Amino acid sequence: MDQLYDVIIVGGGPAGLSAAYSARENGAGRILIIERDRELGGILQQCIHNGFGLHHFKKELTGPGYAQRCIELIKDKPEIEVLVDTMVLEVLRDKTVIAVSPEKGLLYLQGKTIILTMGCRERTRGAIRIPGERPAGVFTAGAAQRMVNMEGYLPGHKIVILGSGDIGLIMARRMSLEGCQVQAVLEICPYSNGLTRNIVQCLNDYDIPLYLSHTIIKIHGEKRVTGVTVAKVDEKNAPIPGTEFDIECDTILLSVGLIPENELSNGLMLDMHPLTSGPVVDQHRQTSLPGIYAAGNVVHVHDLVDFVSEEAEIAGKFAALEAQGKADGNLRSVDVRPVDGVRTCVPQKLSLPEGGEPVKLFMRVAAPQRKVRLEVKSGDAVLFSKMLPIVKPSEMVAVEIPAEKIALSGSEITVGLQQ
Amino acid sequence: METKIMNCIMCPMGCEMTVTIENGTVASVKGNTCPRGDKYARDEITAPKRMLTSTVSIEGGMLPLLPVVSADVLPKERILDCAVYLRKIKIRTPVKTGDIIVKDILGLGVDIVASRDMEAHG
Repeated sequence: MDQLYDVIIVGGGPAGLSAAYSARENGAGRILIIERDRELGGILQQCIHNGFGLHHFKKELTGPGYAQRCIELIKDKPEIEVLVDTMVLEVLRDKTVIAVSPEKGLLYLQGKTIILTMGCRERTRGAIRIPGERPAGVFTAGAAQRMVNMEGYLPGHKIVILGSGDIGLIMARRMSLEGCQVQAVLEICPYSNGLTRNIVQCLNDYDIPLYLSHTIIKIHGEKRVTGVTVAKVDEKNAPIPGTEFDIECDTILLSVGLIPENELSNGLMLDMHPLTSGPVVDQHRQTSLPGIYAAGNVVHVHDLVDFVSEEAEIAGKFAALEAQGKADGNLRSVDVRPVDGVRTCVPQKLSLPEGGEPVKLFMRVAAPQRKVRLEVKSGDAVLFSKMLPIVKPSEMVAVEIPAEKIALSGSEITVGLQQ
Repeated sequence: METKIMNCIMCPMGCEMTVTIENGTVASVKGNTCPRGDKYARDEITAPKRMLTSTVSIEGGMLPLLPVVSADVLPKERILDCAVYLRKIKIRTPVKTGDIIVKDILGLGVDIVASRDMEAHG
């Protein structure tokens, strides 16, 4: 073994950076961040739009601006080392990290604790099976974003965007500002999957039509995309015959969802959650394997980076405490189960100490609803409830449950919506 | 009297607001959780404004583009003009976050500033 670290962090995006900052604040002596890109900051560096940081830094920042704030918090700190241009190949259950870089070759690094902050990646055409030809000109929205905002290329001129996720909406505006014609945004669901503010400022401002309950049923073109055939879909997402129409375009951007990037987690044989596609964690963001923590989009896809930082700071704190032998060993485990309209909830487990501490739950609902009451229950006893004027699958619901309420939970609590 | 439902775009909360308009002026704004919503709603009725984020060409850095942001909101109807203007700007490294890249863009009284550092690449 080359070296022993208190905390090794896999991924230098906002989650990794916030975890490192928090680990140091909580007394970890030797912290290593491993990043595969040539610089820290992760995907934020290509998200040049603003709207980041209002919760976490109390200031509205651009993506690169947010990344820079995070980087400055860990810069020039003797306890924090950074390896960029370094790819983690495998994390072993004994907390050995095997990584490789052009400069240092193969590295074997040993952590007392590990924090997984690999983020997520985009779903591709293959993941959603669009029929038709296989011409050039089909990109994921994030790949196009990197081209336009960092590399200096335009992916095309006449654009159709499939999926109304936030990256797709942001790219609709971005391509318009660069002089491209954005023909339409198509969304298979009957509601948008992006933040409402992005519908307003990215589509409405530029007169870009949003077709809800529509999808692409065929891509045309041999060498390059020349157009798409679009159809309305029924409640089962099946195209309705007779509703087809064609849209001319040379480029298709896909904004059809994100998948937590968990090859390393799978290699570790962590318990994974089928709906979040991330590791099952407790409120300290500890996974099913003691000493291995996970935070940010690798656990569940967030819509705000501010919440990613918040979650990563929790992971950083508890990894640091464990590395110093200060973790509370005497904990009882409580399952958190989503019911009635709540699709997912993170954390999925609580590890409750004697004294107790407040716990923040992050939930996604199954469908849009108005005027609902969120209820956190242990058996039939309501521990906590809150009225929510509006809930949408695209906007994560976050609530903090006071310590004295959480202490009352039995072996399982449920979170659900009541009319 | 006319009422309009609009979503605030000042932050990701996207509060749904009800705006009452009397004789072309805003009489009341309801549904906002903070003062920014009230201001946004009033501006949106009288003179809509937007932030602008884009890139400019940069030489001598690790990347060929530098992300930039308007230091304040710009009139919505001039956003595209500003974006077109920024496409022609070329600068050199080094740049620090907050450095003014274009002063008083198109005479609108708002500076365009760098949204990240970019060092000269050796």
